[in-house]
Amino acid sequence: MRHPGRWVASGVILVLVAMLVNTLVFSHVTRGGMVEGRFQWPVVWKYLFVAPVLRGIGVTLELTAIAMAVGIVLGVVLAVMRLSPNRLLSGSAWIYIWFFRGTPVLVQLTFWYVGITYLYPELTLGIPFGPAFYTVNANTLVTSFIAAALGLSLNEGAYMAEIVRAGIISVNEGQTEAAQSLGMTKAQTLRRIVLPQAMRIIIPPTGNETISMLKTTSLVIVIAGADLFTATQNISNTNYQIVPLLLVASIWYLLFTSVLTIGQYYVERYYARGSTRALPPTPFQRLRRDLFRIRTEPVPALAEAPWVAPHG
Amino acid sequence: MAEPMVRATQVRKCFGRVEVLRGIDLSVDTGEVLCLIGPSGSGKSTFLRCINHLEKIDGGELAVDGELVGYRSSGSKLFELRDREVCRKRAEIGMVFQSFNLFPHMSVLDNVISGPVRVKKVSAAVARERARGLLDRVGLADKVENYPNQLSGGQQQRAAIARALAMEPKLMLFDEPTSALDPELVGDVLDVMRGLADDGMTMIVVTHEMGFAREVGDTVVFMDGGVVVESGPPETVLSAPRHERTRVFLSKVL
Repeated sequence: MRHPGRWVASGVILVLVAMLVNTLVFSHVTRGGMVEGRFQWPVVWKYLFVAPVLRGIGVTLELTAIAMAVGIVLGVVLAVMRLSPNRLLSGSAWIYIWFFRGTPVLVQLTFWYVGITYLYPELTLGIPFGPAFYTVNANTLVTSFIAAALGLSLNEGAYMAEIVRAGIISVNEGQTEAAQSLGMTKAQTLRRIVLPQAMRIIIPPTGNETISMLKTTSLVIVIAGADLFTATQNISNTNYQIVPLLLVASIWYLLFTSVLTIGQYYVERYYARGSTRALPPTPFQRLRRDLFRIRTEPVPALAEAPWVAPHG
Repeated sequence: MAEPMVRATQVRKCFGRVEVLRGIDLSVDTGEVLCLIGPSGSGKSTFLRCINHLEKIDGGELAVDGELVGYRSSGSKLFELRDREVCRKRAEIGMVFQSFNLFPHMSVLDNVISGPVRVKKVSAAVARERARGLLDRVGLADKVENYPNQLSGGQQQRAAIARALAMEPKLMLFDEPTSALDPELVGDVLDVMRGLADDGMTMIVVTHEMGFAREVGDTVVFMDGGVVVESGPPETVLSAPRHERTRVFLSKVL
């Protein structure tokens, strides 16, 4: 044997996989005098697509989308403010980030739901220190969904601001100078030249943030947020099938984080244009290539592949 | 004689407490090719960058085509121009950088049309048509769809020249355009610049290519320590310099 270590490791892994499959699928356990499958997959299956769970998924996805969309816009604004030579702008952005990054999101969520109505029972639209045009009861305006969206968005804005700022300062100053020498305004330079290049740095952590946000939405259970986790918890509170319903929630969270991971891969590829000379094939392209090519000769090493551009 | 294209009087510039330009006097006529030579740190590049207001001057007066750079005079006072007006003036001046500074996320063609489309609001179709003409002129007709990092340094610099020319500038600034190139690629870039000079473009070229300065330059200006040491036709400055400092510099680079 040439690689005894690999054989041993493979053997260990195979045994572990067999144990995992066994415990997940085949093993049984006695609970309260009844023999039942350890993981109760039939129960999981039964609740996987019930209406409250599906509604919960809707809320979870909505909250994720809103929090990320607002968070990204807010992050870009805050990042540009922080990089502004104007001290008032950069200072206020700094304080915003300091505050929202420095307090737990769970505390913020509770605050938006409970604290706001306590501090400001009536919300007023009008001229500051002047007449009011419109007054509304905070209890009717700030529903748990609004509080959740608000809390998650404002918190995400602080994190996105730092990500966007890192992206912006990673772009070579020569790019700004070249754009300005063409006569582009500061706004055009930012939008057309700097941000597209910053995207390459911004996208991967933003993907992480989105995946993280999808799961963070489960915190809204503390303000009765009606999301996926709240829905499964509500069910298990009545039928006591705690573990199967945790599995229901996990399966859905895993499904959506997987979709996001794939999406992130393709968005990253899009913004890698011009930074690598030839993009590596996607997993699907590689699979297709491997399936439809008869391998009679060894595959050429990737290092001597087509991206060696002719110079001259 | 008409108003010169560029007129500098006692231009001063400080970075912190270091005075980089210590009173530059110089003028460039329309159609003239002026080559700025001198040791590194002499302020050549800084002066060039002052002309399109990438750097603010701290003293003196700098005018392009009769208009002050970055300022508006009203009575005896100077007012700083607003961003939009600075941009409008920059659009009339082309600049080519030592490190090319092509936009890496755009194809060569998109690089060239970026100025006309975004700044001059030319329609993309018209801009593309003109850009193809310009790229053909700099010898890159077959590279329009490539991204900058698929080109050699020389090709990138010629694309950068095409990008600057696409704005139809009345003045071109070259900041050591061949300093980052392999020796065998320098020639192509200089050929393009020679062609521009022949077409009557007003050019200020910061360069270490003494051959180019001698052959193409109408005027050669030698700068050292933030001042103009001497200037005149290339034959005089390069072959029979009057100042010791010029002589020492030339003996090192020729």
